[in-house]
Amino acid sequence: MDAKTINPQEKTLKVVGTRPVRPDGVPKVTGLARYGADFALPGMLWGDILRSPHAHARIRSIDTAKARALPGVKAVITAADFPEQKYEFIGPERVAVNFWHMTRNIMAREKVLYEGHAVAAVAAINKAVASAALRLIEVDYEPLPHVIDVDAAMRPDAPLLFEDMITRGVEPAPDRPSNVSKRIEFKLGDPEAGFAAADEIVEMSFKTAPVHQGYIEPHGCLARFDAEGQGEIWASSQGHFVVRAYVARLLGMNIGDVLVHPAEIGGGFGGKTVIYVEPVAALLSRKTGHPVKIVMSREDVFKSTGPTSGSSMTVKIGVKRDGRIVAADGVFKFQAGAFPGSPVMNATMCGFAPYDIPNVRSVGYDVVSNRPKSAAYRAPGSPISAYAVESTMDAVAAKIGMDPLKFRLMNACKSGTQTAWGPKHAHDGCAETIKAVLDHPAYAAPLGKNQGRGVASGFWFNNGGESSATVHVTEDGSVAVATGSMDIGGSRASMAMMAAETLGVAYDQVRAIVADTASIGYTHVTGGSRVTFATGIAVVEACNKVIAELCTRAAMIWNVDRGEVVWEGGCARHTGQNAGKIEPLTLKAIAAKRAVTGGPIGAEASVNAGGAAPGFATELCDVEVDPETGSVKILRFIVAQDVGRAIHPSYVEGQLHGGVVQGIGWALNEEYIYDAAGHLLNAGFLDYRIPVASDLPMIEAVLVEVPNPNHPFGVKGAGEVNIVPSMAAVANAVNNAIGRRLTELPMSPPKVLAALDSGSKG
Amino acid sequence: MAKHHVTATLNGNAVEYLCETQQTLLDVLRDELQLTGTKEGCGTGDCGACSVTVDGRLVCSCLVLGVEAQGKKIETIEGMAAGESLHPLQRKFLEHAALQCGVCTPGVLIASRALLARNPDPTEEEVRFWLAGNLCRCTGYNKIIEAVLDAAREMRGS
Repeated sequence: MDAKTINPQEKTLKVVGTRPVRPDGVPKVTGLARYGADFALPGMLWGDILRSPHAHARIRSIDTAKARALPGVKAVITAADFPEQKYEFIGPERVAVNFWHMTRNIMAREKVLYEGHAVAAVAAINKAVASAALRLIEVDYEPLPHVIDVDAAMRPDAPLLFEDMITRGVEPAPDRPSNVSKRIEFKLGDPEAGFAAADEIVEMSFKTAPVHQGYIEPHGCLARFDAEGQGEIWASSQGHFVVRAYVARLLGMNIGDVLVHPAEIGGGFGGKTVIYVEPVAALLSRKTGHPVKIVMSREDVFKSTGPTSGSSMTVKIGVKRDGRIVAADGVFKFQAGAFPGSPVMNATMCGFAPYDIPNVRSVGYDVVSNRPKSAAYRAPGSPISAYAVESTMDAVAAKIGMDPLKFRLMNACKSGTQTAWGPKHAHDGCAETIKAVLDHPAYAAPLGKNQGRGVASGFWFNNGGESSATVHVTEDGSVAVATGSMDIGGSRASMAMMAAETLGVAYDQVRAIVADTASIGYTHVTGGSRVTFATGIAVVEACNKVIAELCTRAAMIWNVDRGEVVWEGGCARHTGQNAGKIEPLTLKAIAAKRAVTGGPIGAEASVNAGGAAPGFATELCDVEVDPETGSVKILRFIVAQDVGRAIHPSYVEGQLHGGVVQGIGWALNEEYIYDAAGHLLNAGFLDYRIPVASDLPMIEAVLVEVPNPNHPFGVKGAGEVNIVPSMAAVANAVNNAIGRRLTELPMSPPKVLAALDSGSKG
Repeated sequence: MAKHHVTATLNGNAVEYLCETQQTLLDVLRDELQLTGTKEGCGTGDCGACSVTVDGRLVCSCLVLGVEAQGKKIETIEGMAAGESLHPLQRKFLEHAALQCGVCTPGVLIASRALLARNPDPTEEEVRFWLAGNLCRCTGYNKIIEAVLDAAREMRGS
């Protein structure tokens, strides 16, 4: 290991790096924790949503009279009940939002654009009446030709989802509309000259299927809005402040008039950074004057939410015979779903990011088609381009006869390496993860018949951004920490740990909660691997303010100069001429005298955290391919990820395990299957098969810790980059096992069998 | 149509409720009896989040009608701990960080208890196959399997 990698034995921290029980643990193992669907209020109605049976159709008219007349029905709404939104892209390009699109995704207006697109909604006295009312709504559709596949959607004669959509990012602007929402290009150096100077060039094309985030909890919420124009929502989401902002905007309300309570969230993986049922429940509640609850079915979740994009990609890499990469070119075409906004920009940026390549061109197309609008999924975009790039890297290594890990290590980026999109890399970590796998004994372990080994690396930005935290010293000296970050997998524990470490008190002296939108400052979503970094900084800042206040109080109690008091080991200590003679004051002792020294002790910190450091991961996968069935069994999986610093290593390992297993599902099983009419054929967990326990071996997580100097404890983020290399690692292992390169995901048994039966070796 | 009157034993207590013919046991637990610890992940018996036991048998409560519980003993997650004392499986799940979001956890715990009742000393492979009907999207199953094996060890007293 490099010197800058933390040696776990040398850690001097007392709480950070330990594995305590999470504060929200007991309610989650006893069934008492309340998720999105678990809230109820007196007088509550049930909402339900009518969804399009067509992949693409014009809505001629909607007649809701019969539904309204059904006894027990309290309201029926359509898109006409929501205010129109301005057509504009708001926010940074990578994550831009267009409310004209969003309101149409919540409730179709002129056209339905995918099977499952919401068309109308009802509120009724119970689920059965609500469901009966939906069947009484008469929608007159004019079915239109549809398009599902991204390459088909890009053809000039493809049916258009938006008749006036002109591709952005092309100069001069095209004179006719298309399904291509946007083209982006990043260029570094002179790719043409780079390829001309290459000794070997490999060019390959790939396709990937859209996959769903697959969270086990369907979207659900309860809304209580009143005639005065104020309202409350209890919702499961990755960001209750975002729910608040979107609902307010879509209903034409002030943000301050909406209060969102954070329900526990039953998985999100990016898919719950956007809203679906919340504004519908809110509007139904406002219309009826009753609380309204809406919970999606699993079929709704598959047909109407998520997934991430499917893609069609071509990657070309040129190398010198010694293994140096001299040029790379990637063209990434992404399905955005029914509305613009696939993660293709991330894909174009991340694909070649792990490597130091002097000449790069990376082109992306954001393409609409008649599928549900794509939503973020774990390192959105990066795993897709990584699959193409890392598969090609494998082929390049084979062509020049080089070990695939040593090939990656030779070209690995480091601090100072120029990226294709502008800035230079500011952090190491890539090479360290490659070395962690290279040095792992498994890399040299023998393989049996029909077995193969694959490796791959990946990059993800990791985010910072806006977060808020409060830290309050209670009357007895215990500490209450509140943040605005939804806890999706143990963040209450890591917040409490960072607070305890900073204050110098024991972990069980600190309790951490997630506060509602009125009780804490704005906090961006739990996503982008940002919470432990950005919200962690807010917690530490709030703790430091509290420490400053505690020192002031101690100075008052001792009647000494404030400058002579320091905070050390959980106590105020006097450093003046009486140092060592005055008994230090504990948090408890200072808290006991709070009233006579100025009142309650607490602080809030709101930050816009910069200095996030990217995540790198390198993975090894061993598979065995059954030549009779084409089924691929995962024998071994090692994920080495640079996390900067693991605050609670168990939950960090859990992120690595979970990301990899999602990647295995993406590689081998998961896909959206459509019939010729554009209907989704596998909208359930039986036919959309996510990995189950018996599919898998133990995943081995290797935590590489190259600390981030911009975080008090070195955190980089843990949640996402683990999924980036996974599909390529599996694909490279399958290629190694059968000697044939599959270029489409998923590598389901029929495709593997077809490859085995084909003559060509790849 | 009039609702059905059902009497059953729920977590050791006598319980009676009214339910419609089409209401599942899961609907009854969540909507009529306000026991929301049992989760609905799919409603089609594919994910195991709604696992409960009926007369000791592990079932998906979304595939059982409320009326079918007549005279039966139902055990849900809310009955797993004894007062302040967590079941060893619950404790081991916390110690091993075997949950992230926690929404599959009630079903996984109920299913794991049913496994250990019939096989107190399962192998890793047996745990994996028994829990194959309980989907977890967060953990990759590693820590769930470790927690179940550790709880089994403790419960055997070894």
